[in-house]
Amino acid sequence: MVKYFAKRLGMMLAAMLAIIVLTFCLMHAVPGGPFTSDRKATPEVEAALNEKFGLNDPLPVQLLRYMDGLLHGDFGPSYKYSGKTVNDFIETFFPVSAKIGLITVVFVLLAAIPMGIFAAVKNGKWQDMLIMAVATIGVTIPSFVIASLLIYFFSHQLGWTPAYWDWSAAGYILPVVALGGYSVSYLARLMRSSLLEVMGQDYIRTARAKGLSEFQVITRHALRNALLPIITVLGPTVAGLLTGSFVIETIFAIPGLGKWFVNGVSQRDYTTIMGITIFYAAFLMAMTLIVDIFYCLIDPRIKYES
Amino acid sequence: MGPILTVNDLKTSFLTGAGTVQAVRGVSFTVDQGEILGIVGESGSGKSVTSMSILRLLPDTARIHPDSSVLFQGQELSKLSLKELREIRGQKIAMIFQDPMSSLNPLIPVGRQVEEMMRIHHKDLSRAQLRQRALELFQAVRIPEPEKRFYSYPHQFSGGMRQRVMIAMALSNRPDLLIADEPTTALDVTIQDQILKQLRALQREWGTSIIFITHDLGVVAELCSRVLVMYGGLIMEEAAIDELFDRPSHPYTLGLLSSIPALNQDKGTRLSSIPGSPPDMTRPPQGCPFAPRCPYARQICAKELPPYAAVGEGHRSMCWLLQPDAPGENNPFRKEAAV
Repeated sequence: MVKYFAKRLGMMLAAMLAIIVLTFCLMHAVPGGPFTSDRKATPEVEAALNEKFGLNDPLPVQLLRYMDGLLHGDFGPSYKYSGKTVNDFIETFFPVSAKIGLITVVFVLLAAIPMGIFAAVKNGKWQDMLIMAVATIGVTIPSFVIASLLIYFFSHQLGWTPAYWDWSAAGYILPVVALGGYSVSYLARLMRSSLLEVMGQDYIRTARAKGLSEFQVITRHALRNALLPIITVLGPTVAGLLTGSFVIETIFAIPGLGKWFVNGVSQRDYTTIMGITIFYAAFLMAMTLIVDIFYCLIDPRIKYES
Repeated sequence: MGPILTVNDLKTSFLTGAGTVQAVRGVSFTVDQGEILGIVGESGSGKSVTSMSILRLLPDTARIHPDSSVLFQGQELSKLSLKELREIRGQKIAMIFQDPMSSLNPLIPVGRQVEEMMRIHHKDLSRAQLRQRALELFQAVRIPEPEKRFYSYPHQFSGGMRQRVMIAMALSNRPDLLIADEPTTALDVTIQDQILKQLRALQREWGTSIIFITHDLGVVAELCSRVLVMYGGLIMEEAAIDELFDRPSHPYTLGLLSSIPALNQDKGTRLSSIPGSPPDMTRPPQGCPFAPRCPYARQICAKELPPYAAVGEGHRSMCWLLQPDAPGENNPFRKEAAV
């Protein structure tokens, strides 16, 4: 087991290396650079800046220099915002994204799992159909449409919530609902189908034959088995929610990492692109690893052998 | 001793996309105190559905006819609420299922699953008592090293061992009736033999009545005292075990018996089988369900369902050929009389 996870860590490092090299190459393949902008700097100034940040060196040299910095935990300076480092960005903006993300994760779990269970229990009845209709709409409508509709009704028409994130408790409501809408719908559908499948298993018939009530059959025998597929998708879902969404952060004026990342790309802020990509990748890998560890704890059939 | 279970005119059907499947179409039988009753028949004959109907362990699509009666120890099970029925399930009537691979919860240690069965019906038992009893049961069904195996998960057991766990679980509350639905079908022959021996020993020791469902007449011969032969959702023949082998009185039973390979059979000869396949139960035949496959079928067989004919004491058969006015030619049941 320890050996297996050691091997997994090794593979994660290899994947990370590939991500770094690929992102670096792709980034430099895109025309333009951090100092090409509408506000034309004189060619002398641009040359001096390129020289200062070593952008005239051959790419492999730049890559190696960047990786050397990474080994020391240094994501490098921002090319666009003088005096700021990428570490500063992550430290400042990730907590904002993570806080909203974490609340969204809790919201998603508390909404999706009971919804899915309820729909499965009421299989085929109007409650099931209603929940599944809402969930189908939830997975098909893009988050910016949901966000716009939420703002229109709850802020503009009813005036219940602020239209943007203003650090108040009420300000969280709309971003969280808009951000989690898709995941709630997706997980509710998954939970329903998973539970229905488990309820048709032979061991559920055994549990009924024992004399357990339907409630006990579900809580003691069906749920744990039905949660396994949920845990699988929870890794990427949590990673996606915590690292922030450009769309939601832009709509609700949230100073989060997702927005910063997209800004970085459009401005060719090389170090920002690299830094946040690496941060995202590491986060996703960590979540996947955690999911695999969780699997081990929940399902006795899973033993990781190297 | 009187019957412990009396099933009267049981009719069970399933609602499916292709129509209503009439799986059981009017089945009546009794199970006596302490006896092992066999139910034989091929897949789709309705034998499993019959047994599942007793405790109403059927999927949501199943419908049991309101006039069907299941009388257990003087109690009408079909009229009980689900809550009342749960008191019977697992305590008075226990079940063993066909596939031990999938009938145990994969995420719960086997010992805990046996304990749970007792805990539901005996809330006064302490944890230590539950564990003690479960260990004794493991010993009774000969699971080696019960202490060690108690916390094992189903996937760490072989099929035979899992079936032993199922048996231990089924017997944990000392049920008055045990329904075993093809408990040995998924197991290989040596394990099958051990399980059968164990069931018989436990039945002798505790006097439990058993309904044993199988498609294997050999197993029935070894274990049961009485047999129901089912086909097309109906009981074709009912007889004591010796009677059935000495004087089979239904063409379907004859077919089943001739399908048993003989030990001295020439390896070159093909195994005998009944030609044709079971009827489509969404549109069950108007007459005898076996008529299309029956080598002795007459015109009336396809038109009308025959009544039961009494062949001997406790021996009945549903076949037109046994009626007093049935002709003698091509009639396997009149040969003796004709000679």
